[in-house]
Amino acid sequence: MAEIRNYTLNFGPQHPSAHGVLRLVLELDGETIERADPHIGLLHRATEKLAETKPYNSSIPYMDRLDYVSMMCNEHGYVLALEKMLGITAPERAQYIRVMFDEITRILNHCMWLGAHALDIGAMTVFLYAFREREDLMDAYEAVSGARLHAAYYRPGGVYRDLPDSMPKYEPSKWHNQKEVDRLNENRQGSLLDFIEDFTRRFPTYIDEYETLLTDNRIWKQRTVGIGVVSPERALQMGFSGPMIRGSGIEWDLRKKQPYAVYDKVDFDIPVGVNGDCYDRYLVRIEEMRQSNRIIKQCVDWLRNNPGPVMLDDHKHVPPKREEMKSNMESLIHHFKLFTEGYSLPEGEVYTAVEHPKGEFGIYLVSDGANKPYRLKIRAPGFAHLAALDEMSRGHMLADVVAIIGTQDIVFGEVDR
Amino acid sequence: MLEAIQSALSFLPDGLVTLLIILLKIFALLLPLLGAVAYLTLAERKVIGYIQIRIGPNRVGPRGLLQPIADAVKLLFKETILPTNANLFLFILGPILTIGPAMAAWAVVPFDDGLVIADIDASLLYILAMTSLGVYGIIIAGWASNSKYAFLGALRSAAQIVSYEIAMGFALVGVLLAAGSLNLGEIVTAQQGSVVQWFMWPLLPLFLIYFISGLAETNRAPFDVAEGESEIVAGFHVEYSAMTFSVFFLAEYANIILISLLTSAMFLGGWLSPFEGILPESMLTGGALGLLLGSGIHWLLLKTAFFMFLFLWIRATYPRYRYDQIMRLGWKVFIPITIVWLLVVAAMVVGNVGPWFD
Repeated sequence: MAEIRNYTLNFGPQHPSAHGVLRLVLELDGETIERADPHIGLLHRATEKLAETKPYNSSIPYMDRLDYVSMMCNEHGYVLALEKMLGITAPERAQYIRVMFDEITRILNHCMWLGAHALDIGAMTVFLYAFREREDLMDAYEAVSGARLHAAYYRPGGVYRDLPDSMPKYEPSKWHNQKEVDRLNENRQGSLLDFIEDFTRRFPTYIDEYETLLTDNRIWKQRTVGIGVVSPERALQMGFSGPMIRGSGIEWDLRKKQPYAVYDKVDFDIPVGVNGDCYDRYLVRIEEMRQSNRIIKQCVDWLRNNPGPVMLDDHKHVPPKREEMKSNMESLIHHFKLFTEGYSLPEGEVYTAVEHPKGEFGIYLVSDGANKPYRLKIRAPGFAHLAALDEMSRGHMLADVVAIIGTQDIVFGEVDR
Repeated sequence: MLEAIQSALSFLPDGLVTLLIILLKIFALLLPLLGAVAYLTLAERKVIGYIQIRIGPNRVGPRGLLQPIADAVKLLFKETILPTNANLFLFILGPILTIGPAMAAWAVVPFDDGLVIADIDASLLYILAMTSLGVYGIIIAGWASNSKYAFLGALRSAAQIVSYEIAMGFALVGVLLAAGSLNLGEIVTAQQGSVVQWFMWPLLPLFLIYFISGLAETNRAPFDVAEGESEIVAGFHVEYSAMTFSVFFLAEYANIILISLLTSAMFLGGWLSPFEGILPESMLTGGALGLLLGSGIHWLLLKTAFFMFLFLWIRATYPRYRYDQIMRLGWKVFIPITIVWLLVVAAMVVGNVGPWFD
């Protein structure tokens, strides 16, 4: 009789649901997974090493490119580390702006996750619905930083600039006549805050739309309930964080447990799951989007009523205004020093963590007193989650692996760094 | 018209005339069919586009109407890549085995009273046989590609078929019982009278099951596991390119149209007008209005278009089943329902239950 061997399948890196460049070596028994072996490193760009060769501020744009669907949250983690070492705190308005954009980023990320997850399981319409909302939020990114994805908006000591008073508008073209453009520009007449407020009013109905398509859908439930179950104990042991640990029923959210910025001043709830399966994690993330919407609303209200500086007036760490630089000798020197040499951090080490949409995003920074880090270690949540892929998918079927990759919300920018 | 052609060709030997006439009939059916297949792909992209708040193809020709032509030209001119390690004979046989039955099945499909290529008495059996043969093409293609993804697709397809053919067959047995004939034309005429006479009412569960099995039979979402884009990349046709690839799609779309047409013929009264028995007889027969409201091929096409739209709508809405779940659905839900309903139908027929069987 012939020897019975397992079927080894190379899943990725060029695979529609590899979420970038995941290479999985699957050992299959029929379609049942015997072993899933994730291979990483195909998107390795040596971010940590690159940061060691540059002044601190020059590494902020690298942070955008870590988890490229939750850009500003990455920046927040890094900027907080620098501020902690420097012993400075951003003005309150800047902190509110940061919280608002952190939550916008969370919605951006979760929309991307929802679309991709649903697409992996075969529901393709949700993907385009979710991207409709992403479009609005990326316009908000664009309005505030000029870039739709890689914003580089947070700086140690605040944010790069205050919120703009007007939104970028569509212009008539070969494909859109004046009437269509007017309709598109309807909610862009006021300031960025008006635009965001309008979004927060519309967004809950959009979430309802996604839920109509998925939450009570029998096929969706059959595909997610009981798939990739992680017990609370195992979730802790494997270093899960974010929606992955909350889906298992552990109420752990850095925004509540170790509040940073102004998260202690805004009102929101933490959703937790019960069974720790893909469906619970789906529900947790959907509810997180609603909570983020709530936080954004509160931030918009506060920001409307409290104008003020968004950057510290400390020119040892923060560049002076451009007009001052043109007229004032001292400012010119500050400007020159900051943009050539940068600033130096005191000797020592620091760890800061933020509640990134995917989990705990940590920055561990060691400084030897120079103007660049001695060592920068990034704690990416996706890395720990990916490490659990084998355990989560063992015994499931090939189609479930796809659901599990989806539920882990893997982005290779941060896993490979 | 046929007689005119026949007499014009009378200088030829008799056998040749018959052959030419048969070929003519086949072309008269297949050319519109292939056109319909091409434009179904455009309709699919447009309908799904609007469902997904996009506009779909709109660049080639006015409103994108020439898109299928452009696609066809592109696919024709691309290189057919033959994988080195594939079994070439079977690799080419796969698509042929898929398209052959998909086209052949149309031979017995009636479009109007008597408008059919082969009016055979076992047409239902013939269709069941032809639609089932198509799956061999998929299995052979998947195996011959010598690719792991394609192989998984072929296995899934086989697993899916064993669970759906039976339910589908039983649904057809229900129709057979109700109509008392295996001839599709007679099945349609058995539904004459009024909308109430249509078999979708006495055979409602079988009607639903037949349509859902049709979705599975044609490998359409939510049962597209053999293709399984996000799981096994493209399933059985990963290794196929250019025309060999498009032949699979020709067959798939021809099957969609076939299933839609059969569903309307067997359960929705085919070419029968829904106004039968509602409007007075005089309005349905005479004049232009009678042509429009009375029975005719346009009703069949309209009903078919409705079911084709359902195919697209379902594809845009539902997530994909896992293949073991499809088997569970087939064996544990559909087959029991059909068996029970067969008994019900038989009892209704024996008991002459009105208004259908009296």
